[in-house]
Amino acid sequence: MSETKYNQEMAFFVDMQRCIGCHACEMACAECETNGQESMIHVNYVDRAVSTQTTVQVCMHCEDPTCANVCPADAIHQDDFGVVHSADTSRCIGCSNCVLACPFGVPKKMEEAELMMKCNMCYDRTSAGKKPMCATVCPSQALYYGTKEEIEKMRPDSVPVNSFLFGKQEVNTKVNIMMPKGTHQLIIE
Amino acid sequence: MAKLPVSVDKIIEEFGPHKAYPPQGGFYGTNEPDKLVKTHCCYCGMQCGIQLKVKDNKIAGFEPWMEFPFNEGRLCPKGVQRYMQNNHPDRLLSPIQRVEGKGFEPIGWDQAMDKTVSEIKRIQKTYGNDAFAMLSGVSLTNEKSYMIGKFARVALKTANLDYNGRLCMVSAGGGNKKAFGLDRSSNSWADLKHAEVIIVAGANISETFPTLTHYIWQARDNGAKLIVVDPRMIPLARTADLHLPIRPGGDSALFGAMLKILVDNDWLDHDFIDNHTSGFAETIEAVKDYDLEWAEEQTGISKELILEAATMWGKAKTSFLLHARGIEHHTKGVENVLSCINLVLATGRIGKPYCGYGTITGQGNGQGGREHGHKCDQLPGNRDITNPEHRKYISEVWGIDEKDMPGKGLTAYEQIEAIHRGEIKGLISICFNPLVSLPNNNFVREALDKLEFYVCIDTFLCETARHADIVMAGSLHEEEEGTVTTAEGRVVKINEAITPPHNARRDGEIIMEIADRLGAGDKFNFATSEDIFNELRVASKGGTADYYGITYQRVEENMGVFWPCPSLDHPGTPRLWEDRNFETPDGKAHFNPVKYRPASEVTDKEFPVVLTTGRVVSQYLSGTSTRRIGKLVDQYPEPLLEIHPKLALQYGIENRDLVKVKTRRGEAYFPAHVVETIREDTVFIPYHWGGKSSANQLTIGNLDPISKIPEFKVCACQLFPTTEKGSKERTDTAYQSWL
Repeated sequence: MSETKYNQEMAFFVDMQRCIGCHACEMACAECETNGQESMIHVNYVDRAVSTQTTVQVCMHCEDPTCANVCPADAIHQDDFGVVHSADTSRCIGCSNCVLACPFGVPKKMEEAELMMKCNMCYDRTSAGKKPMCATVCPSQALYYGTKEEIEKMRPDSVPVNSFLFGKQEVNTKVNIMMPKGTHQLIIE
Repeated sequence: MAKLPVSVDKIIEEFGPHKAYPPQGGFYGTNEPDKLVKTHCCYCGMQCGIQLKVKDNKIAGFEPWMEFPFNEGRLCPKGVQRYMQNNHPDRLLSPIQRVEGKGFEPIGWDQAMDKTVSEIKRIQKTYGNDAFAMLSGVSLTNEKSYMIGKFARVALKTANLDYNGRLCMVSAGGGNKKAFGLDRSSNSWADLKHAEVIIVAGANISETFPTLTHYIWQARDNGAKLIVVDPRMIPLARTADLHLPIRPGGDSALFGAMLKILVDNDWLDHDFIDNHTSGFAETIEAVKDYDLEWAEEQTGISKELILEAATMWGKAKTSFLLHARGIEHHTKGVENVLSCINLVLATGRIGKPYCGYGTITGQGNGQGGREHGHKCDQLPGNRDITNPEHRKYISEVWGIDEKDMPGKGLTAYEQIEAIHRGEIKGLISICFNPLVSLPNNNFVREALDKLEFYVCIDTFLCETARHADIVMAGSLHEEEEGTVTTAEGRVVKINEAITPPHNARRDGEIIMEIADRLGAGDKFNFATSEDIFNELRVASKGGTADYYGITYQRVEENMGVFWPCPSLDHPGTPRLWEDRNFETPDGKAHFNPVKYRPASEVTDKEFPVVLTTGRVVSQYLSGTSTRRIGKLVDQYPEPLLEIHPKLALQYGIENRDLVKVKTRRGEAYFPAHVVETIREDTVFIPYHWGGKSSANQLTIGNLDPISKIPEFKVCACQLFPTTEKGSKERTDTAYQSWL
């Protein structure tokens, strides 16, 4: 880890209001060699019958990752920078505990490989001082990678939120969701 | 004979479209490429910077190019996947010729050239020079566009050269020339960032120019109000301050009514109008009766929304008005453009920081390709082929007698009509797939079948090329050096990353060899693309599109130079009209009176529903390349009929029901996509597909009298529900263009 250029001031921000549903992030994510042409980020319509609104779901990199906590094989590792990595292929037993437990519904089980796969914040790129592929290509910058100060200056009408309340479970994440000014926590009933 | 040599399924089996996907771990060498080549995306007019990975003379992948100032690494899905063409199994690897009953067989270049040149000579000797026509396209570089303009006039000696820009931005060009005397977006996109009000009219930016979205969102972060004029709730309109859901065809009524509101409230820049424009009095006279009640009736937009939009625009101190094909693809396309320009001129918000106006060019080189002699009425530098002085200058540059310079020829659709009438007998085409992209394409197919000889230069066997006698295997964007001019007027460098595969050749070399065999080789003595560009610079010198001061070195050092750039020490011109010195004969910007008139085909009892067409984010133009890229096809596999639930209910149509759509030109079946994001009186079908899935079987071939652009954006249709649902087989095969 001492050789890494990973910059801990850099953070990941998602702004659903900016998303135009183009799928460039998925296409670019799948290009990564470790992903084997599978995208670790997912764009979906909320309800296409009434709106063109799309959402984009990426691993939120929780401070206290539920997926890692429920893994019976201790396959999911959180590194010193808070990045939650895909399951270690030598340990993952394909049990789907993480898939069921993640409050955001992020990990997917790759049925053919019997392995869990999820976003690792493009560790190959971010540890080399680059931005993650999805946030690099995103043409509307609904996905942004930079410092909190930068985004607060650029987007004065919204604030980054990284605290979520799922019932009684409070989840704090490394990834931020941009919300209207004044929002502090997203409460999901 | 330009009929299909065998059944279409046999042609598809051999030449596709087939969907190609990258291998699971990426192409060989993607992790250790030999080199990264800085170039641009081959698709839309944004021309995003991108780096292509090259391994063993093949494209192995891409890497974002963070330093290129327009897009700073950002790309759309087409941009991410654009690298998939070079390794594609459908790629044409040598010339092929039509063999009746067998299909297409590979031949050598000598044979392809001999046959082509002998047929050109035979047809021209028998029927006259103009009986052999040429159709070209503006996904080609400036160098190729320039050379094709010269080739058609000097080697082929025909008046009938035109291009697919005729389906793109000619209405904008016509309007801009009338108003400003020059055809270019007036500002670079940087002026969007601090505009107070932005109007986007008929431009589905988030699907057709996705990387421009960032500039609009940045402006909104800075407080801009966004007004979107579109019959559909496009992604950009979803959060807009105002969405004006206009009935297709109502554009000039809306902008006329808005102009009247500006006048009534004196939201005018009198100093600018008095000192720097002409025609204001006649122009406001034309709209004096356009009150809100009338406007609501003509546009289908509520009075309140129109008033609010005009108020926002009227009171702003800075603004930017953008439009694209949505207002331009009409028989009054030029008038729609002029009615927009009138709003800009009335408020004097042009030629100043954050005060802008422009069309958003759709094709990769839609800007540069329309400046240097690619059009039937044009010579390089955006000169006029009917102007004696212009003809004289270019004849001198080309070293020909002015008397031998052909005159004005037919526009693209008029060429097809002339082929159908039997007046044009031979055709050479490059970078144009009229069988998918032109309106009323059953008529186009009939025309193609009447040709005595058709030769096509392309990288894939596009739908039109299926009708060819000879197809010459040409080059991709990444296989030939050159420049393109982006939609903001920035000349950028396209770098050759690889050489064409196997026995395919660079387009430029193909054109030069045909020219040589036609006896004009001494006029096409170019060793490099830079040689062609240097001749273009001289040919454009003194014209309105003046590139003389732009060199390859300056383009590379500065990541692009904005024309006009008349001398080597000129910095280029990102923002036009700062000096208020317009390119019109009197030096003023011209207001043009626009009286509203209806579309050429309006709805009636028999054909009661408005049909409009457009694009989706995962496809580009006629899909020759993008319908071969698996992931792009899968994202939106077949054209759907977008229909509002209220209209659907009226016909008993449910989501995914197969619906027969019929117009006076033809009929076709599409699965319904029942969505509230479209007007209740209008249905929408995207046009990128061929054969039985082609929306252009239905569209109308009526043309704007000035720009000759077809009216793709409005016609009248009937809807007939069927008892069938859209099938998986239909969905899975739409990209292949079955007949």
